[in-house]
Amino acid sequence: MRYHTPTSFQEASRLAAASGGLLRYLAGGTDVLVQMRAGMVQPDELIDLKHIPGVFDISRTADGGWRIGVAVPGRALGAHEALCRDWPGVVEGMNLVGSTQVQGRATLVGNLCNGSPAADSVPGLVAAGATVTVTGPDSSREMPVEAIPTAPGRTALKKGELISAVTLPPRGPRGGDAYLRFIPRTEMDIAVVGAAVNLTLDGDRIATARVALGAVAPTVLLVEEAAKAIIGSTLDDAALDRLAAASSAAAKPISDKRGTVEFRVDVAGVLARRAAQIAYDRAKGTGK
Amino acid sequence: MAKDEITKGYRLVGTRPNRPDGLDKVTGRARYGADFSLPGMLWAAVVRSPHAHAKIKRIDASKALALDGVKAVVTRADLPTGLEGEDLNLQENTLAGEKALYDGHAVAAVAATSQLLAQDAARLIEVEYEVLPHVTDVDEAMKPGAPVIREGAADYSVPEGMHPNVVRHMEFGHGDVEAGFAAADIVREGTYKTEATHQGYIEPHACVGQMGEDGRGEMWVCTQGHWYIRRMSAAVLGIEAANLRVTPSEIGGGFGGKTTIFMEPLTLALSKKAGGRPVKLVMSRAEVLRATGPTASASMDVKIGMKKDGTVTAGQVMFRMQGGAFVGMSPIGEALPCAFACYDIPALKHEAVEVLANRPKAAAYRAPGSPMAAFAVESLMDEMCRELHLDPIEVRLKNAAKEGTKSSYGPIYNRIGLVETLEAAKAHPNYAIRLGPNQGRGVASGFWFNHGGETSVSLAIGEDGTVQVSIGTPDIGGSRASIALMTAETIGIPYENVRVNVVETGALGVNEPTHGSRATFASGKAAVEAARQAIAEMCRRAAAEWEIEPEAVEWKDGAAQPAGPNAGKFPPMTIAEIGAKMGGTGGPISGHHETNAGGVGASFGTHVVDVEVDPETGRTTVLRYLVVQDAGTAIHPAYVEGQYQGGAAQGIGWALNEEYVYGSDGRLQNTVFLDYRIPVASDLPMIDTVIVEVPNPGHPYGVRGVGETGITPPLPALAAAIAEATGARLRSLPMSPPKVLAAIKAKRQA
Ligand SMILES: Cc1cc2nc3c(=O)[nH]c(=O)nc-3n(C[C@H](O)[C@H](O)[C@H](O)COP(=O)(O)OP(=O)(O)OC[C@H]3O[C@@H](n4cnc5c(N)ncnc54)[C@H](O)[C@@H]3O)c2cc1C
Repeated sequence: MRYHTPTSFQEASRLAAASGGLLRYLAGGTDVLVQMRAGMVQPDELIDLKHIPGVFDISRTADGGWRIGVAVPGRALGAHEALCRDWPGVVEGMNLVGSTQVQGRATLVGNLCNGSPAADSVPGLVAAGATVTVTGPDSSREMPVEAIPTAPGRTALKKGELISAVTLPPRGPRGGDAYLRFIPRTEMDIAVVGAAVNLTLDGDRIATARVALGAVAPTVLLVEEAAKAIIGSTLDDAALDRLAAASSAAAKPISDKRGTVEFRVDVAGVLARRAAQIAYDRAKGTGK
Repeated sequence: MAKDEITKGYRLVGTRPNRPDGLDKVTGRARYGADFSLPGMLWAAVVRSPHAHAKIKRIDASKALALDGVKAVVTRADLPTGLEGEDLNLQENTLAGEKALYDGHAVAAVAATSQLLAQDAARLIEVEYEVLPHVTDVDEAMKPGAPVIREGAADYSVPEGMHPNVVRHMEFGHGDVEAGFAAADIVREGTYKTEATHQGYIEPHACVGQMGEDGRGEMWVCTQGHWYIRRMSAAVLGIEAANLRVTPSEIGGGFGGKTTIFMEPLTLALSKKAGGRPVKLVMSRAEVLRATGPTASASMDVKIGMKKDGTVTAGQVMFRMQGGAFVGMSPIGEALPCAFACYDIPALKHEAVEVLANRPKAAAYRAPGSPMAAFAVESLMDEMCRELHLDPIEVRLKNAAKEGTKSSYGPIYNRIGLVETLEAAKAHPNYAIRLGPNQGRGVASGFWFNHGGETSVSLAIGEDGTVQVSIGTPDIGGSRASIALMTAETIGIPYENVRVNVVETGALGVNEPTHGSRATFASGKAAVEAARQAIAEMCRRAAAEWEIEPEAVEWKDGAAQPAGPNAGKFPPMTIAEIGAKMGGTGGPISGHHETNAGGVGASFGTHVVDVEVDPETGRTTVLRYLVVQDAGTAIHPAYVEGQYQGGAAQGIGWALNEEYVYGSDGRLQNTVFLDYRIPVASDLPMIDTVIVEVPNPGHPYGVRGVGETGITPPLPALAAAIAEATGARLRSLPMSPPKVLAAIKAKRQA
């Protein structure tokens, strides 16, 4: 195995493009190093991204959104007050990952590119409408987060491509987001179902909404029917029922050691409903 | 509590001094199994079957052996033949012979100069399998078409016509159960299932073994019982016990799972083949879960007759248990006697079968068999209490076994404390707290025999009057502290002046492992006897110096004193003075005691748990939990409370989320703690404890064992609480959210 410490994304991309064998990027390493030690992955090239200037930065974009470096750990997101005010749902998703120790290292991009359908930060990013900058050997392009995972453990990134930043759109007034996951225990577990809701209000009515579900399909789902179910409503019981039904209908899970199909379908609706309520209260300024 | 009265008069027993192993453990200085290394040491790795049931057609290690640094490979062909009974089982589990019997069954082992190299070499060992049909569920394994795991394994006890996988049968009882059921106002039946669970000790098995061509060996190992390791390893390898010296490490949990061997003899076999270089083998968590002994899984029928006032008129059980692919591993022999042990019932019938399945060889797990039995019997008791609108504690009091009761399994109880635990639970503030919506309360009682067993202890007085106690029972729950307290109490010296060491097999006679909640009871009892012997010798030394009769000397407050005015006027001679001159007064002073410790006192407990269940997700939150248990005497109450809390915590895990999940291919799917869901700290409330003290007349300080009873009531107590919270009764463990939610939905539809 060769270990590289490039100092620019272009250099990282060139290294990746030139490599013939199995390649992994090293952000926080909380997936990669664990997989290597368990003998699941033996990469030929390990490209550490933490020597590239700016990868630990969180900064405002010109339009009032946020740009998050690819090595920013969960802990730093949680400690950033302005970001937490704007996107509490995105941050709470990332902060659910692992333990205190894992939080000191684990990143949004690592969580996304590891490709787990149960990744906890991804539904929040998708609901928020976040994008990522994909840098290749010759050029860069912007992609929505939901376009990155293609199947468990797989991404849409091509050979030589890597993600160089995450961008969150401007929050704007009267918006709120939230993420909830179901685990049988209280910690150190993998989401059996995850649900994120992001919405904005016009008065008391929901003007825009995005609903994303995790762990109920091969990739995180952006569920338009669920969003439609609450847009225009004041999130009354009927709207919540429609949201739950649409979310359950969109869930296409499998039965495995972590949960059954029936359970995941039911709980997808329950969590979507609960997350929507939290997001709504946050948008009104009455929630936490 | 009664505690203060009973321990009144003791200087040290019943206090909470710092634990002797505490500093080492919190500073990382304690040496656990994997911490041990030797110069020139090799590392081992094990090749394991990926199939639940397969014929082993060929093993080819040539590619592995061709690697530079690979020093030895062993397969079953390297082990002696002709073993029988449990020795053969142990050998068969150490390395598979003709067949791999479960996913993870060891097939070969390799030693190399580094751990990574050993693992690489293990991957290069080619094993050709012929996959056979498998079965992992206990009920499926008894069905007519089920694959036969071992032809002809059943013993004489099995009635004719049963499937060959049924290998043992037991039955006993008393009274006329049919008459008992006829006399009842209601007779109810239920079938209950529990899944296998693992002890979940934090420290994986680890061992360094060294054996020369001459068949003399040494082993350093994490274990609950190094004489068992010695005997079993010697049997598997065909060597003499005395030629193997086994030293136990500090131990990171065992709960019964480290009372036997799994991979330990492999280190010796590899070492011998590698020219006597020491070999280290440390299991990964996945190996621990796949290939060490969990407890049995069980399927159980219960029938109980009850009068309207709660009097139980008759009981009947039929238990089916699998303990893996090896005969004798399921705890039917413990589960049956535990089933109704809490009660005085005129007519009982117990029956059980042991069934083979393609699962790992089960090992002891905290009160083996008792939690399953309690889940079945206490659950049905609770269902009947609810049906008759009777308070569960009152019904238990009405039927409770007491001193003089002929127990459900035969012997007559001496002084026992079940009633006291029930009274204390009833009086506890938790029992009066009003519950909110979606909340429920469950009560259950539990029992464990406790155990005495083979014990050998030595004690020696130091030149400065401090005392060293050598015991052979590894300390898994605070026994060093408790034995130091009892020794110091007996001799009349400070706790700090006693050091208790767990010593190797070369230093004492045979000791059974720390199992059956016996260490503080049996090693403690022997240490007190050894101390009394040393005291007698110290009195003789003082008498010789004073030139009076030894009988005229008594021992008080850590010193020899003239016994009364007629003995003469001498100032007390302290243990320090006696120790300082013992070289000139007759040589070293020691005490020694060995016994097959009798006088065991059973321990009963009653638990009360409150839960809240999320009706939309089926997720259970344990709101509060109370353990009340009879300790006999709590020598070190903090450790006793720790045992109560630990038993409850493991029971909660077993009840709610822990299970062995097998795929349709018979492979274990949840081989890491991410998916084998033991409770994490934040899953549990602070567990309240009440120590009841009904001293055991069979022990000098009244000790019963306390380690095991605490895991018995949680299973039925949680099922009862969830039933009250949801209206749905779960008769199959674990009561994981998907199952609870399905039960709630079924209830709503009904
Ligand atoms: C104890 C523990 C608990 C955990 N709990 C959770 C949990 O609750 N929820 C959860 O979702 N996850 C959990 N995880 C998984 C893991 O922590 C997260 O997925 C984490 O966010 C991964 O981030 P990382 O920076 O450590 O990624 P890394 O391990 O560094 O990388 C992960 C993957 O992303 C790729 N990658 C990294 N950076 C880039 C980039 N810039 N461009 C392209 N590809 C890239 C790597 O090649 C690799 O395949 C847990 C892990 C552990 C060890």
